[in-house]
Amino acid sequence: MQTTNRRILLSAAVATLAVTATAVAWAQSPAKPAPLTAEACLGCHGPAAKGQDGVPGIRGYDKAEFVKVWGQFRANERPATIMNRIARGYTDEEVAALADYFSSLK
Amino acid sequence: MTRLSRRTFVRLAGGTVAGLIAAPAVVTAQARPRILVVGGGFGGASAARFAATRYQGLDVTLVEPQARFITCPYGNVLLSGRRTLDQITHGYENVAKAGVTVVQDWVDGIDAAGKTVRLRGGRTLGYDKLILSPGIALRWNAIEGYDEAASAIFPHAWMGGDGSQITLLRRQLEAMPDGGVVGIAIPANPFRCPPGPYERISMIAAYLKRSKPKSKILALDAKDSFSKQGLFQDGWKELYGDMIEWVPLGKDGKVVRVDAKEKVFETEFGKKIKVDVGNVIPPQSAARIAIDSGLTNDSGWVEVKSSTFESAKAEHIHVIGDANIGAPMPKSGYIANSTSKQAVAAAMASLRGEPVPASPVYFNTCYSHVGDDYGISIVGVFRPAEKGFVETPNSGGVSPRGPLAEQANQRKLEAQYADAWYASITKDAFG
Repeated sequence: MQTTNRRILLSAAVATLAVTATAVAWAQSPAKPAPLTAEACLGCHGPAAKGQDGVPGIRGYDKAEFVKVWGQFRANERPATIMNRIARGYTDEEVAALADYFSSLK
Repeated sequence: MTRLSRRTFVRLAGGTVAGLIAAPAVVTAQARPRILVVGGGFGGASAARFAATRYQGLDVTLVEPQARFITCPYGNVLLSGRRTLDQITHGYENVAKAGVTVVQDWVDGIDAAGKTVRLRGGRTLGYDKLILSPGIALRWNAIEGYDEAASAIFPHAWMGGDGSQITLLRRQLEAMPDGGVVGIAIPANPFRCPPGPYERISMIAAYLKRSKPKSKILALDAKDSFSKQGLFQDGWKELYGDMIEWVPLGKDGKVVRVDAKEKVFETEFGKKIKVDVGNVIPPQSAARIAIDSGLTNDSGWVEVKSSTFESAKAEHIHVIGDANIGAPMPKSGYIANSTSKQAVAAAMASLRGEPVPASPVYFNTCYSHVGDDYGISIVGVFRPAEKGFVETPNSGGVSPRGPLAEQANQRKLEAQYADAWYASITKDAFG
C-alpha cells in the first residue's frame, strides 16, 4: 500500500515538475551555454575551443574577424584543408551565432 | 494538474508525504529528472557528459557493460603499428567526475510503458528519458559459416569490445609469411564506419610494405562503390603500387560463405579463394537490445524522429549512434557525438514543456589515414528533413583529388588534423 501510494505520488511529482518551466530544480547552468551548433566545432578545435595539435583555437576569436574569415573559407578565398567544405554548410545566422559565442569566451 | 504552480505543488506534496509516508527526502530526490543513458560509446558517453555538464539538478546515469571503451576509430592505425591498444582505450572516470553515475552492467530489457530498464545484475532503473546508444550487432551466419567461433580465426575487428579482435588481426599479420594473401570481406551498406574498411586496407598495406612487401591484399566487396573511393584508390596506387586488389560486387566481389578452418572465402558465383589472413567484416544490425525491445524495423535498424532522435515506435526513448537509421548521415563516431547533444536537448525540452531546439545541424567529418603523412577526409553538414535527414546542398564533400606531388601538404595536414580530431572528440566524449 505504501509503495503504491508512493509511486502514484512520485508520478504526480514528476508530471507536475515537467510542466513547470520555472522550476529551479534543473535550471540551465548559469554560464552562457554554447549554441548547440557550436558543440560540433569542439570535435576538432578541442573541448574548450583552445585548439588541438595544430588545429587553431577559436576561443575568444574576434567576432567580426570570425565572420570575415568564415566568408573567406566559404568563397575559397583562404587556404583550407576542410574548413572551406564546412563553411559552405552553414547559414549567415548560424555563423553569427557561432561568432557571438566563441568571441564571448575568455 | 498541469496548471499547479510550483508553490502549490510543494505544499500539496509536502502534505501528502507527511500524511502518508513521512519521507519527504524521497520525493526531493525523485523530483530530479532522470536521464538514463544506455551504451558508453561515442554517442552515449557524449550524451551523458553533455547532460551532466549543461544542465543542473539532473540525475544522469550511464549503463555500460565494459569498464573501459576501446574505440573503433584508430583501431586501423594500430594495424599499421602507429598506435597501441592503450592509446585507443578510454575509461569512464572523467564521465563520472562530470556528475554521471556510471553503472557497469548489461541492460537486458526495456519496459517502454513503465519507463524502466532491467539490468543483468538484477537491478531495475527508472527513467524519465532514455538515451539509447547501443551500437551494432554483427549478423552471424549472414555470411554462411561466419559465426562467433569463426571470428576467432577470421577476426572481424569491427567492434572495440575488449580489444581482442583487433589484437588478433594484428598478430595474424605479424605471423604471416612475406608473400601471403590478406583477404578482406566487406559488406553492403549500411554498416558502421563507411570508409573504415578502406582505411583498414590502407593501414594493413602500410605495415606489409614495410615488413612483408611481397604480400597481397585482396578486398572482396559486396558493393560497387565506396566512400572516398577515388581518393583511396589514388593513394593505394601512389603508395602501394599493385599490392591491393579491390573486387567490386559486379566482378563477383561478394563473399557469401567462408570456411574458417580451411581459410577459404567463397564468392556469390562460387569462386573459392584461399587466404593466409582473413578479415571478415560481416553485415550488421542495431544492437540486440534495440531488436529485443521492438525498436527496430524490418531493416534491423531503428527509425527515429529527425529533430529529437526519439524512436518512431516508443516515446521517451531517444536512439542515437550507429543503431539508428540516419542516412545520408554516416554511422560514425562524430555523428553519434553531434546528434547526442540534440537528442539530450530535445529530451530536456520535452521534460520542461518547451519546444524542441529549432533548426539543428548535425555535423560529421571522417578522416582516414591512407599512409604516413597521408590523410583524407569527408565532411558532411546535415539537417532534419520532412522524413529522415538531408545533407546541406553545396557543402561538405571529400578532399581534393590530384597527384601527391601537388597535394602533399594537404594530405600531411589532414593526417595531422585526423590525430587532432581523435584527441578532441575522445575528450569531448570521455572527458
